[in-house]
Amino acid sequence: MNDHVAVAAPSAVGAARLERAPFERRALRSLVLTAGVWVAALTAAVPLVSVLYLLIVRGGSRLTLEALTSLPPAGFEMGGGFGNAIAGTVVMVGIAALLSVPLGVVAAVFLAELQPHSQLARWTRFAAKTLTGLPSVLAGVFAYAVVVLTTGTYSAPAGGLALSVLMLPIVVLTAEEAIKAVPRITRDAAYGMGCTRSQVAWKVLLPTALPGILTGVMLAVARAAGETAPLLFTALFSGFWLLEGSHLKLMQPTASLAVLIYNFSGMPFENQIELAWAASLVLVLMVLIINIVSRVLGRPRA
Amino acid sequence: MSTMTAQRNGRDVAPGLSDAPVVIDCRLDQVYYGGFLAVRDSHVQIPKGRITGFIGPSGCGKSTVLRSLNRMNDLIRGFRIQGQVRFQGTDVYDRKVDPVAVRRHIGMVFQQPNPFSMSVFDNVAFGLRLNRFRGDMAARVEKALRQAALWDEVKDKLKASGLSLSGGQQQRLCIARAVATEPSVLLMDEPCSALDPIATRKIEELMVQLKEHYTIAIVTHNMQQAQRVADLTAFFSVDITKGSRTGYLVEAGPTQQIFESPAEVLTKEYVSGHFS
Repeated sequence: MNDHVAVAAPSAVGAARLERAPFERRALRSLVLTAGVWVAALTAAVPLVSVLYLLIVRGGSRLTLEALTSLPPAGFEMGGGFGNAIAGTVVMVGIAALLSVPLGVVAAVFLAELQPHSQLARWTRFAAKTLTGLPSVLAGVFAYAVVVLTTGTYSAPAGGLALSVLMLPIVVLTAEEAIKAVPRITRDAAYGMGCTRSQVAWKVLLPTALPGILTGVMLAVARAAGETAPLLFTALFSGFWLLEGSHLKLMQPTASLAVLIYNFSGMPFENQIELAWAASLVLVLMVLIINIVSRVLGRPRA
Repeated sequence: MSTMTAQRNGRDVAPGLSDAPVVIDCRLDQVYYGGFLAVRDSHVQIPKGRITGFIGPSGCGKSTVLRSLNRMNDLIRGFRIQGQVRFQGTDVYDRKVDPVAVRRHIGMVFQQPNPFSMSVFDNVAFGLRLNRFRGDMAARVEKALRQAALWDEVKDKLKASGLSLSGGQQQRLCIARAVATEPSVLLMDEPCSALDPIATRKIEELMVQLKEHYTIAIVTHNMQQAQRVADLTAFFSVDITKGSRTGYLVEAGPTQQIFESPAEVLTKEYVSGHFS
C-alpha cells in the first residue's frame, strides 16, 4: 500500500520538467531583482571611482619629487610642495597610535576576557561606542583645552592627542571583537595547560587575534590620517620642517596634509590649488596603502 | 580508605576493585550551572596507572564530572559544586588551592583537537615554557612527541603550524602538549569523536601505552572504545523525573564486570543497547 503511494506520487505533479523556462514569472522576477542589485552595487562604487579619477587627473600632474620634498610656497611663489606636511601627518598619526594602540588593546583584553560582564566593562564598551560617533571637531577642542592651553603652544603632541581620541574607540572595539573571535576551544586548551588569565591573554589570545587587531589599528590610522578638524585647533599649520638641523622640534605648530589641503584649496593662487590636489592624491594613496596592508595582515593564516 | 567511603555511600567504587592507589577521589554530591542541577551523587575513585572510562547517554553529566576534576568548569559562569574532589589527598576545591596549579598537574585533552596557532614545536614547548622549564627543550619536545606516537610524522616539520596537521595528528599533538609537562593525570573528553576510525585506533593504542606513566580518565560515547581501553568503567545516567535533567553515577567497576554482569538494570540495558 505504502509502496504503491510512494511510486505513484511523482505523477501527481506531472512528469519532471527540468529545462530552463526564462519567461516564467519566477524567472523574470529573479532577473529584474538581479539587475537591480547590480545597479545598486555599481552606483555605490561611483563616488569612490569618480573621486579617484578626479584626484589622479588634477593631482597627478603635480605629483613630482619636488612636491613631495619641498616646503609649501607662500602667496605668489611658484613651485614648492608639501614635504613637511607629509612628515607632520606621519609624526602626528604616529603619536596618536603610540597613545591609543597599547591603551586600546589592553582595554580590549579586559573587555573580552578578564571581566566581560562587569559593570566597568559595560560602561567602557558604551563609552567607546559613543566615542566612535564623536564629531572629530570635539576631539580637537578637547586636545586644545588639555594640551594647547596648558603648554601655551600649538604642537604635534596636541594634534596627536586629538587624533588618538578618535582612534581609541576603533582600536578598542575591533580588538575586542578580534579577541572574542578566538575559538572557545583554543581558550580551553590554554586554561587546560594551566595558564593564568593573563598568560591566556598574552601567550594565546593576543597572538591568535593579532591579524584582527592589526586590521583595526590600520583602519583607525587611516581614519586619523584624513582628519582635518581636530588638527586646526591643535597642530595648526607650519611652513617649516619639524626637523631643525638635527633637533626634532615637536612643540611648535605642525603641518599636516589634511590642513594643507584645507588651506590651499581655498586660496586664489593656481599653484597652491594644484598642490592641494596633489596633496589630496597623496593622502588618498596613503589611506589606500594602509587599507591594503591591513587586509594583507588581516588575512587568516593557513 | 575505600572501605570507609563504601560504607558512607553505596555508590562508591566498591573496595578491592583495583589494587592501584587512588589518585583522584571524586566525591561530587551536586554540581550546578546557575540554578540548574546538572549532576548529583557522583562518587568515583580514579586509580593510578589505569584508564577509567566514563560512559553514558547524552546529558548524563559525564563531561561535567570530568571537567570538574581539574576545575575547568570554573570558567563557566554560574558553576558551583557541593562535595569534594580529592587529588592526592587535597581537595582541589579548597579555598587555598589555586585552580591554575591544579590544571598543571591534571592535564586535559579535548573533544575537538585544539592546537594553538603556532608551530608544532612551540605547541609542545608551550607548557614547558609556562612552567619555566630550564633544560634541553628540544629533547623534551621530542620525548613528548614520541610518547604521543607523532614524532616520526612531524620530525621534519616541527616549524610548520600545528593547524597544518591532519585531525588525528592534531589530536596527538594536543596529547603531546599535555604530556610534555608530565602531569600526573590526563583527562580526555571524547578525544576521538572528531576523528576517523584509523585515527581513533591510533589514539586508543596510544592511551594504552600512556597508562604506564599516567593516570587517565576518558569520557567516551563509544561503548566499544570503553571496552577496548578502559580498565574501569563508570556508567552515568540522566534523571528526568523532576522535569529537569540531572546526571548521576549509576555504578562503577571493572570494565568487564560493568559490561558483562552489571549490578544495576539501567547499566545492563545501556551496555546491551536497550537504552531508550
